[in-house]
Amino acid sequence: MSSSFAFVPQSCISLARELSHRTALYLPVTMSSSSNLVAMKKIVQQLRFEASINRVKVSQAAADLQQFCMQNAMQDPLLTGVSSSTNPFRPQKVCSFL
Amino acid sequence: MCDQTFMAITFGPCDSCSKASPLMNIYIKSDPINYCSFCMEMMACQALQSGESLATLKSESDSLKKKLEEERAKLHDVELNQVAEKVELVSALSIRTRRVLKGHGNKVLCMDWCKDKRRLVSSSQDGKVIVWDGYTLNKEHAVTMPCTWVMACAYAPSGCAVACGGLDNKCSVYPLSLDKNENLAAKKKSVAMHTNYLSGCSFTNSDMQLLTSSGDGTCALWDVESGQLLQSFHGHTADVLSLNLAPSETGNTFVSGGCDKKANVWDMRSGQNVQSFETHDSDINCVKYYPTGDAFASASDDGTCRLYDLRADREVAVYQKDSIIFGASSVDFSLSGRLLFAGYNDYTINVWDVLKGNRISILFGHENRVSCVKVSPDGTSFASASWDTSLRIWA
Repeated sequence: MSSSFAFVPQSCISLARELSHRTALYLPVTMSSSSNLVAMKKIVQQLRFEASINRVKVSQAAADLQQFCMQNAMQDPLLTGVSSSTNPFRPQKVCSFL
Repeated sequence: MCDQTFMAITFGPCDSCSKASPLMNIYIKSDPINYCSFCMEMMACQALQSGESLATLKSESDSLKKKLEEERAKLHDVELNQVAEKVELVSALSIRTRRVLKGHGNKVLCMDWCKDKRRLVSSSQDGKVIVWDGYTLNKEHAVTMPCTWVMACAYAPSGCAVACGGLDNKCSVYPLSLDKNENLAAKKKSVAMHTNYLSGCSFTNSDMQLLTSSGDGTCALWDVESGQLLQSFHGHTADVLSLNLAPSETGNTFVSGGCDKKANVWDMRSGQNVQSFETHDSDINCVKYYPTGDAFASASDDGTCRLYDLRADREVAVYQKDSIIFGASSVDFSLSGRLLFAGYNDYTINVWDVLKGNRISILFGHENRVSCVKVSPDGTSFASASWDTSLRIWA
């Protein structure tokens, strides 16, 4: 009888991982050329996809990060510090006259 | 035709030729394919274009990798801290421990905030998952999991349920009831099933879907109600230790980091690995998105935290010091993204200036490794969980 899902034992997984670096396949434990070919094809497809994405210059990306920080600096309680009355986690110091 | 021997887990009718024979079970784009070895060879040969062979594919992969490096290097015109030179320094922070949450019997491994900004859930090595009220230090709920080492826990966006899992290879969702007498363990719902330990879990924007990462090297998206696997994400070649969802409401990407030193960004709908970053020298313990979703930070066993920008597709900052030799276990950004809180295995939490790259302060207090650091949803405080069995809330 066959089952649709077979859990591959641990030792097979580590060997399969070496073969399937950066692929979407979990391979059976075999060194036959077909699985190497399929694995390599997947790697090449993934690399082609990654090479084709649009990239922005670091100066532009860094400027945007900085702008966000500056715009929201005032709303950041951990950065600016809040007084005891507004921050629920700071204990309120109660003054009492002796 | 004689092929090499292989370990056949299943025997039965082949999916393509219907002859009963030992089957090879593989997954292509998470669809299971069970072919006999002959049909497997045929399929592999058909998939090749004319003239392709292992050698040509290998050389193409090498040239593509080199091209990727060049493309990324071309855009590296300036460093982040150079751009941020004109920004004024962060003034000294007055952050101290404000609450200490004691109650766990063993190492606290993970924690999460509720959206109401006061409740937290934490999980520990002894199998206990506790829901705390951060203001009053009350323990509102406590669940004992059937397994030890509960490595992941998450609060549902509605605040009505928590998800947790660990060495049991599963992620279970417990609805939180207001009735104190009700046995929470009885209502448990097993949602996710992996073939190795669960390292991270997170609800997506609703209570209905759960994203998990596992030691089996995969991440998966599950429907909570039916327990069905909606999408799986294959690509890591070792244990995945952490995941984080992109912050925007419409966002459908997430980032994962693993023991293969890679941080991968995934598209949740297609299961495609969109971007991949490999600059760490050791396992990545934690990944966290920048508040805008355009960048993310990672913490690694090599003692450094790094900032990767998604639009520039490269690492833009490294937060390290020669004096830091212990691994960083967890990171989180403050609300404006200016501060990076990182918990380390040397029992301290370092606060880094994200833009300038320098360390602003060190926070002492824990008596063992810091395992998890999370900023509260409104940014007024952050909580840290540690192997010294306590959690601390800092503000």
